[in-house]
Amino acid sequence: MALKIVKGSIDRMFDKNLQDLVRGIRNHKDDEAKYISTCIDEIKQELKQDNIAVKANAVCKLTYLQMLGYDVSWAAFNIVEVMSSSKFTYKRIGYLAASQCFHEGTDVIMLTTNQIRKDLSSPNQYDTGVALTGLSCFVTPDLARDLANDIMTLMSHTKPYIRKKAVLIMYKVFLKYPESLRPAFPRLKEKLEDPDPGVQSAAVNVICELARRNPKNYLSLAPLFFKLMTSSTNNWVLIKIIKLFGALTPLEPRLGKKLIEPLTNLIHSTSAMSLLYECVNTVIAVLISLSSGMPNHSASIQLCVQKLRILIEDSDQNLKYLGLLAMSKILKTHPKSVQSHKDLILQCLDDKDESIRLRALDLLYGMVSKKNLMEIVKKLMLHVDKAEGTTYRDELLTKIIDICSQSNFQYITNFEWYISILVELTRLEGTRHGHLIASQMLDVAIRVKAIRGFAVAQMATLLDNAHLLTGNTQRNGICEVLYAAAWICGEFSEHLEDPMQTLEAMLRPKVATLPGHIQAVYVQNAAKLFATVLRKHDGETESQAAQETSQLLIDRLPLFVQSANLEVQERASCILQLVKYIQKLQQKNVEVAEEVTALFAGELNPVAPKAQKKVPIPEGLDLDAWINEPPSESESEDEKPKAVFAKEEPKHSRSRHTEVDEKELARRREVRKQEQANNPFYIKASPSSQKVYDAPGVEHIPVVQIDLSVPLKVPGMPMSDQYLKLEVERRQKEKAERKKKEKKKKREKRGKERKADSGPESEEDITPAHQVDIVTEEMPENALPSDDDDKDPNDPHKALDIDLDKYVPYCRHLQFIHVLHIIKPTVYWFPFQKSSKHKKKKQKKEKEEKEKKKKKRHHHHHQHHSDAGGEDSVQNGTVEEEEPLPVSQSHSVSLKQEVKVYDIQGNHQDESKVVVSVIFENKSDSFLKSMEFNVLDSLNSKLQRPEGAGAHDSLTVPFQLPPGVSNEARFVFSVQSIIMPQKLKGTLTFIVKSDESSTHEKLDFKLHFTCTSYLITTPCYSDAYAKLLESGDLKGSSLRLEGINMPFHHLLARICFHHHFSVVERIDSCASMYSRSIQGHHVCLLVKTSDQTVSIDAKCDEPSLLGNVLDEIKQTFSKC
Amino acid sequence: MMRFMLLFSRQGKLRLQKWYTATAERDKKKMVRELMQVVLARKPKMCSFLEWRDLKIVYKRYASLYFCCAVEEHDNELITLEVIHRFVELLDKYFGSVCELDIIFNFEKAYFILDEFLMGGEIQDTSKKSVLKAIEQADLLQEEDESPRSVLEEMGLA
Repeated sequence: MALKIVKGSIDRMFDKNLQDLVRGIRNHKDDEAKYISTCIDEIKQELKQDNIAVKANAVCKLTYLQMLGYDVSWAAFNIVEVMSSSKFTYKRIGYLAASQCFHEGTDVIMLTTNQIRKDLSSPNQYDTGVALTGLSCFVTPDLARDLANDIMTLMSHTKPYIRKKAVLIMYKVFLKYPESLRPAFPRLKEKLEDPDPGVQSAAVNVICELARRNPKNYLSLAPLFFKLMTSSTNNWVLIKIIKLFGALTPLEPRLGKKLIEPLTNLIHSTSAMSLLYECVNTVIAVLISLSSGMPNHSASIQLCVQKLRILIEDSDQNLKYLGLLAMSKILKTHPKSVQSHKDLILQCLDDKDESIRLRALDLLYGMVSKKNLMEIVKKLMLHVDKAEGTTYRDELLTKIIDICSQSNFQYITNFEWYISILVELTRLEGTRHGHLIASQMLDVAIRVKAIRGFAVAQMATLLDNAHLLTGNTQRNGICEVLYAAAWICGEFSEHLEDPMQTLEAMLRPKVATLPGHIQAVYVQNAAKLFATVLRKHDGETESQAAQETSQLLIDRLPLFVQSANLEVQERASCILQLVKYIQKLQQKNVEVAEEVTALFAGELNPVAPKAQKKVPIPEGLDLDAWINEPPSESESEDEKPKAVFAKEEPKHSRSRHTEVDEKELARRREVRKQEQANNPFYIKASPSSQKVYDAPGVEHIPVVQIDLSVPLKVPGMPMSDQYLKLEVERRQKEKAERKKKEKKKKREKRGKERKADSGPESEEDITPAHQVDIVTEEMPENALPSDDDDKDPNDPHKALDIDLDKYVPYCRHLQFIHVLHIIKPTVYWFPFQKSSKHKKKKQKKEKEEKEKKKKKRHHHHHQHHSDAGGEDSVQNGTVEEEEPLPVSQSHSVSLKQEVKVYDIQGNHQDESKVVVSVIFENKSDSFLKSMEFNVLDSLNSKLQRPEGAGAHDSLTVPFQLPPGVSNEARFVFSVQSIIMPQKLKGTLTFIVKSDESSTHEKLDFKLHFTCTSYLITTPCYSDAYAKLLESGDLKGSSLRLEGINMPFHHLLARICFHHHFSVVERIDSCASMYSRSIQGHHVCLLVKTSDQTVSIDAKCDEPSLLGNVLDEIKQTFSKC
Repeated sequence: MMRFMLLFSRQGKLRLQKWYTATAERDKKKMVRELMQVVLARKPKMCSFLEWRDLKIVYKRYASLYFCCAVEEHDNELITLEVIHRFVELLDKYFGSVCELDIIFNFEKAYFILDEFLMGGEIQDTSKKSVLKAIEQADLLQEEDESPRSVLEEMGLA
């Protein structure tokens, strides 16, 4: 043995330490991977040795390698070994390695529970600290559940070093195990007033994080935080508190009003930019929440905007960035105050920092109005020309489109201008956003009826000059606009001046180089144009033009029939056959125009994005039910040969398609229409008819960016700038005209004005240049009400949405909690009213009643803020002489001096002792002192009193309570028999000291010792558990719970947490659990669940203890 | 809450990483790689903040090292910058004018300092003094562990 150790340490002298490893890696730059693989081999050898120092060294090296990206998960068990070392040096390394390498999937984590528990209770605070730090990185739901109690105890540790760590880690525990929040919260809240500033700031941090997610549960803490805010000088803490208020104010506008003043004071006084920024942000948030129904706080907004302007003008890029960011928040509610700084923001567009330019762009988005849209877009277009780098230019492009199209084109007064902007944007070289421009063109052309004529003309020009856009390659992203252009020209071809020319442009051989989906649209729309041409020449017998058109198609279409793209090929061959047939008819002088046009008849209406989702499911329809019985296995086998046969057909199917004559087509169309009309689940685009508009997956087209050196100019295109000038002139003219009109008569309401018109009042003056009619999106009839299903169901914070003020019965943490808040009225002032009330309350100990009282208390708490004047008189004792008070008012007075014993927490101890933690909270306005705690002992349970004290003597509570303060004291009880639950009566006496007098007061309470409180979470391994069950010493009992609909793991967690069991083994929906009483009774549970029924078979060597524990479990679940 | 902190060199070598939320190893690597690219590509005069995925990135360069933190949407960028600076100060105090090599060769110490300063993504102590004191005392404890062990003892012969 000794020899082995000697060998080990000699080996160790030759081992590489971390420094050697790092040096080695640096010296092997060329073959790093090879060098590291030999190092890992060495490490594997080192890990096999018994010497913990060698192991720790190896683990330390592994941690380094892990950072370099090497997988070290294989060493997880060795890491646990090093963590368990008794020496701090190694423990520290072990925990560091664990915190870097472990995650929820690491299976050895479950082995660490007891080691961590041991370290948490170590007498050495640094052992505890290291364990807490490590745990904060790798805590799992299981660890959280098992260690929550231990960590909770650490929150009241004597050393602030431990307290602050314990407080911080509680947040992680809450996230993993939300049930621990309620029991831990009182103690956490208490830490807000911890004497140590570190602990205090930790508690503020945790509560702020919690409150940010679920603010409504923390509103009751507002007064406390308000106090902290006005008293704290620590900027770190202040920032957190102010942030918290930002989250609370939307729920409580009164809080907002109160906040404005201290916040503006801070804005004026602080020199710390971080604090200033936070204050400004919160003031903005407050004002946003106040903005409805409140007189404007223009002074505060002005102050914020002013300060932000200073930030934006600062030379520090960081401040500039944040200034713009905050400005965009103000913009949402107070656009006017920001709009006056348009110059500054436009200036930021020239900043050398791209992220600042992008921020400024974001701001511009919200700053546009009908008045300035054209001007702002003009500036942006200038920037597009100047911009370096395609990413920024593309960003500009998307922003221009965003700005213009926002809220249903609200700010566009002249759509001709917008179309020209879009056309100008097509000149952008190498942009990735061709499809974006295309979709805008389509959107505008479809929805703004008045603009179609203009749009079609522009698109025809685009098509005519398509070669300029596509350049020498078809993979340019901008060619996407041709898709839109072709479709618009086809669909609205009745507006075309010269459809023939456009048709010719669409059938040029060059088109064949465009991407397939665009060609397909070209072909289809060529057919539409063809129909238009025929219609134009309708009635002319032997029309030369119509026949020429047919010939043109017959000449050009074969090129597309040869296309490799299936879609193009199919459409082309179909249309080619159709045209050939028409040509035959034409030669026979048959009138065809009408019938061809009928192919493309019908209006296209946009459908609202959520329309499908909003279709209500008719009553009695079960979408999951089979309509026909599902085919049996054997049947499907029979069908196989058929399927094989069918597969051989596709070639025929195409030729067959082409043979279908137009009448047949029309007939089928009619049939389908009928079908759809009768089908209640089909969304009808419009009552008349429907046309299918199929957009191919535009985003999937590979796009290559190309930088062309020569800017492309499309000849004959109107420049958008002209519109700006025109617009200005038009508006002036309009103004003048309106003045005239107004004199004559009141202006008539324009019936055709757009629905979305809700701009600021001054903008109403600006009339759109065209009579614009935006087609609104269609929704199905009786659509379902809007649903907020956007919340992420996986958000861990959702589970932490717990109303902490509400008393929920199943919240029993540690051994037990018993909430006592006996209201002690000021009896001697109102002898009659009070005493009777008092008695009643005492008798009613039900929880519901307590809840009510509590609510009332809160209610009055608010009152108490508002009518402070009345209270003073009470304190002076003058109320005595007043008229009998109305009940509600007297109630509020009596509650003023309430003392609350908040909760009592048991804590386990060895053998026959139980520790009870009591939190005393002074809810009154008076100082409480000389508190004495006494309990009427029973035969079984006795309060432990110091030696020499009599059996009925009170224990002095070792602190005094200033108003609004709470503190915790612990009392030890000795218990003989633990098989039955017990209640002990007790009294708390204390002196209430007000300004002028001091009175002696008394509070009665009851302590409830449940049987659960005698159980201690004790881990048990499955083999030991099996032996225990086999031994036959245990007596059984069972319990059935109905209607439990929570996931099984929650159920287990609840039993573990509230009743101190640990899970021994879990297989599917069945688990074995174990716990031990302080007197060594074994309690075993077998929990099974099916549907909503949970059955618990239990065994214990003490049947009555078991019976009581099961009763308590039953209670826990009956209250959930 | 801070999600993670990274230290990396101008050459794109990771020097320190601390994750305050459980993240799969593969995602970590991907995020680190992506983020390093983004940050290293930024020009020196640019501001220290950027939006990346659903996070806010706050970074600052000290000599050859980039200190880079990812914080959540509501967090205060300036205070995060302050956290970075405070951490650098702590390193500086501990190592005595710290350089990249100090952190490479004593990376575990750098972690210990960070762990005393931040925990679970929150600031643990706003006082520099108390952080340094905690580190010193823990180091002292470590030395106590190491010093009394003679060679013989270690061999099990004493």
